[in-house]
Amino acid sequence: MTPAVIDDTTLYAVLAPFAAAVVAPFLTRWLKHNAAWPLALVPALIFLHFVGFIGPVSQGETFVAAKAWAPSYGVNFSVYVDGLSTLFGLLISGIGTFIILYAGGYLKGHPQQGRFFSFLFLFMGAMLGLVLGNNLISLFIFWELTSITSFLLIGFDHLRAASRRAAIQALVVTGGGGLVLLAGFIVIISATGEIEMSVLLASPDIIKDSGLYLPIFLLVLGGAFTKSAQFPFHFWLPNAMEAPTPVSAYLHSATMVKAGVYLLMRMHPLLGDTVLWTTVLPLFGGVTLLVGTILAVRQTDLKLMLAYTTVASLGLLVMLTGTSYEKALEGAVLYLLAHSLFKGALFMVAGTIDHEAGTRDVTKLGGLRSLMPITFAAACLASLSMAGLPPFIGFIAKEILYYGTSDISALGQLGIMVTIVAVVGNALMLVIAAAVAIKPFLGPEVETPKHAHEGPVLLIAGPVFLSVTGVIMALFAHTTGVWFIGPTLSSLLGEFTQIDLHLIPTKINAPVILSFITVGLGIALFTQLDRMRSMIASALDAIGWGPDKGFDQAVSGIVSLATAVTRVLQTGKMQTYMLLTFVFTALAVLLPGYLSGSFPALPKLPEYRFYEWGILLIAVLGLIAVLIAKTRLTAIVSLGVQGFAVALIFMMFGAPDLSFTQFMVETLSVVILALVMTRLNLSPRDHRSLASSVVTGVVAVAVGLGLMLTLLAITQQPFDSRLSEFFTEFSRSIAHGRNIVNVILVDFRGFDTLGEIAVVVLAGLCVLALIRIKTRPSDEALAKSTAGQAEKQTVEAR
Amino acid sequence: MRTVIFRTIAPYLAALMVLFSIFVLLRGHNEPGGGFIGGLIAASALAIFGIACGVASVRRAIVFHPMSISGFGLFIGALAGVLSFFKNQAFMTSQWLIFDLFDVEIALSTPLVFDIGVYLVVVGAIGSIALALEEREAD
Repeated sequence: MTPAVIDDTTLYAVLAPFAAAVVAPFLTRWLKHNAAWPLALVPALIFLHFVGFIGPVSQGETFVAAKAWAPSYGVNFSVYVDGLSTLFGLLISGIGTFIILYAGGYLKGHPQQGRFFSFLFLFMGAMLGLVLGNNLISLFIFWELTSITSFLLIGFDHLRAASRRAAIQALVVTGGGGLVLLAGFIVIISATGEIEMSVLLASPDIIKDSGLYLPIFLLVLGGAFTKSAQFPFHFWLPNAMEAPTPVSAYLHSATMVKAGVYLLMRMHPLLGDTVLWTTVLPLFGGVTLLVGTILAVRQTDLKLMLAYTTVASLGLLVMLTGTSYEKALEGAVLYLLAHSLFKGALFMVAGTIDHEAGTRDVTKLGGLRSLMPITFAAACLASLSMAGLPPFIGFIAKEILYYGTSDISALGQLGIMVTIVAVVGNALMLVIAAAVAIKPFLGPEVETPKHAHEGPVLLIAGPVFLSVTGVIMALFAHTTGVWFIGPTLSSLLGEFTQIDLHLIPTKINAPVILSFITVGLGIALFTQLDRMRSMIASALDAIGWGPDKGFDQAVSGIVSLATAVTRVLQTGKMQTYMLLTFVFTALAVLLPGYLSGSFPALPKLPEYRFYEWGILLIAVLGLIAVLIAKTRLTAIVSLGVQGFAVALIFMMFGAPDLSFTQFMVETLSVVILALVMTRLNLSPRDHRSLASSVVTGVVAVAVGLGLMLTLLAITQQPFDSRLSEFFTEFSRSIAHGRNIVNVILVDFRGFDTLGEIAVVVLAGLCVLALIRIKTRPSDEALAKSTAGQAEKQTVEAR
Repeated sequence: MRTVIFRTIAPYLAALMVLFSIFVLLRGHNEPGGGFIGGLIAASALAIFGIACGVASVRRAIVFHPMSISGFGLFIGALAGVLSFFKNQAFMTSQWLIFDLFDVEIALSTPLVFDIGVYLVVVGAIGSIALALEEREAD
């Protein structure tokens, strides 16, 4: 069915969080932490907007909306609404509402709370743009925006080295993966000629038939696996737990890390159901599931336990998506929904415990049941769902996924492997669920760093609502299936499907038996939790190396490589750099003329008026003054005299803008060069040997002569006036401006200027960093001279 | 360099230069001038003020860190390009709002906003470099 075109409301829904991000700091300054209430209205309204799509989407309808962005490149800001994007949109906005409230309570009184809200909203907008993205390029931009906002949020507590390291690590892994994805998208665009996802999905075999399936598959996988923390890229996710808990609950369990899974599901009709797909995905997913659960058992920190089970769950989702079998895919969709609900709730519970009791180490917690009854209730509901027990959504998810994987007739060998991995993984998941729910709350009361008590309503609203939703969705399983699971499954399969879900299994069959095995195995393992933990710990110690350490080694390897290259290329002597630069400039301008033997003819001198001769004379006098100046300062000022004379020449020959700018640049160059010179602590005079004077003199004359000849050669070419005519004709009528130079800068070629001012900002930052750098005395001169040079380049960039 | 005459005149000179830079910025679309050159004039005003009265008083006078001013300029420069989005036109398509106020034609436009962005970028970047260099001179 071709997608129906809808109005722009959905586009604005994606942009609304960005607007909220601008407002949030001001609102927070005014209302303190209570700003969370009005701010939470934004995602709540977005949620309601997506609720409106549930009805039509469950009937198999799809929608698109688009606005032009850079239409000449085919880049549009466009959205595609179907079952999959509706489910994700609802999760992002719905969970987002409670995360905003939770952040209000969690960071109450924090001086940067407004900034935190801002970052969260930026992320929310980016994530919505990602899951709704129809245009591949805009999808990629939102994809990278989620990486960048995740970097900002992980590094929120930027005074701690651990936060900074985790933030950079996450950015390098997920941002790098994003670049791989961009390459994949570009291959798709050039292989198929299509840039809109909805168009691609309309002809599912377009990529498989293009002959470039393998590179596209690998590149897309590179993006998805890094984002969704698949082994061996899983290490950034647990480290990201350095972020404040609202971030862990939102980005690193419920939404962002699912972006990779989203992409695989979105592209399943295009890339899925091939031998490659059903081999690679289950393999990596299965390994990730086992590694994740085993490492989770090892941890004692509540957040880290949950983080590793998130890794495991993402592995499970990838593994199920990799089977390309309808029932297993249905299990994947159900599990995705269930996981977002229970894991979001559990993270918020862990954060509440941390906030109220002062620690989240399970070995130091106990007996919080009576002190925090509501949190305990929410933790129980969420954990039971995670453990896959009835009557929770997690149970239905597990039943369906077993039903899918154990269908030997359809999946064969693959099914057996996947089922075994899933049973072991789920059993370990149950162990962690039990450990998280039971250990801190039951048993004798333990002395905690803070005197624990129930959290405020801002903190408990989220976990309670999410965990209760998990129960309600299970109790109304049929509706859940029709509204959410069926439409999403339709997106994965590429054809409209309706499904019928039941909470209670209708007969004793393989999934029920597998469930019993899982629960039994889980309980048996839970009794041995402490022994398992120490066993895994000693095993890991014996291995000693992991991807996390590998990341550090790679980073320090790059740094030492860069240092070595710099040592070779950069001698640290300014004179050498300048001399080499100018020698090559002279060669570049002189050699072509020499080789072709075609130097331009010298024109006859035109009749200059006496004041024109006067200005030329000033320029020459300025130059002579530079050469004979006794001190460096005099030389700099004399150079300025020559520059002003050039500005006057520009003025006389009808380039007032150029002349104006030349005046200012000359002034600032003199001022700044003088400042740099006085700081270099050089002797005021410039002593150098005759030989070096001769060398620099020859090079200087060669460069000057070369540039002059080049200019002559250019001006002797016939002048192509088409551009000038265009600008003269249209600057008034199109751009409403008489000053053509300015109209070109800010309107006709405004995009270039945007790039240039971005460069100016960056150059300013770099120079500032160089000036501020605290170096050893011997390095100081080098740093300063580099600063001076960069400065000059910035000023003369125009 | 800090003579009495220079120190007395510099604040007025700097104020005049900033005023002039804004004039140059605003007339830029029709007469010689524009954001880049205006920004250079304003940056040299800051430099002069800094040489005469010390960097601390410049920093007090401009309230924000010059690099933040620069970043803000880039932000509104990019924002000026986004406005065309609401009319479903390509990024950076210029939008004009021309109206009469007391019989004077006022022309507001996204290129003007963009030019103001350029102005702020240049003032901020060059100003912060000049100020940083002047600051270190003292120690």
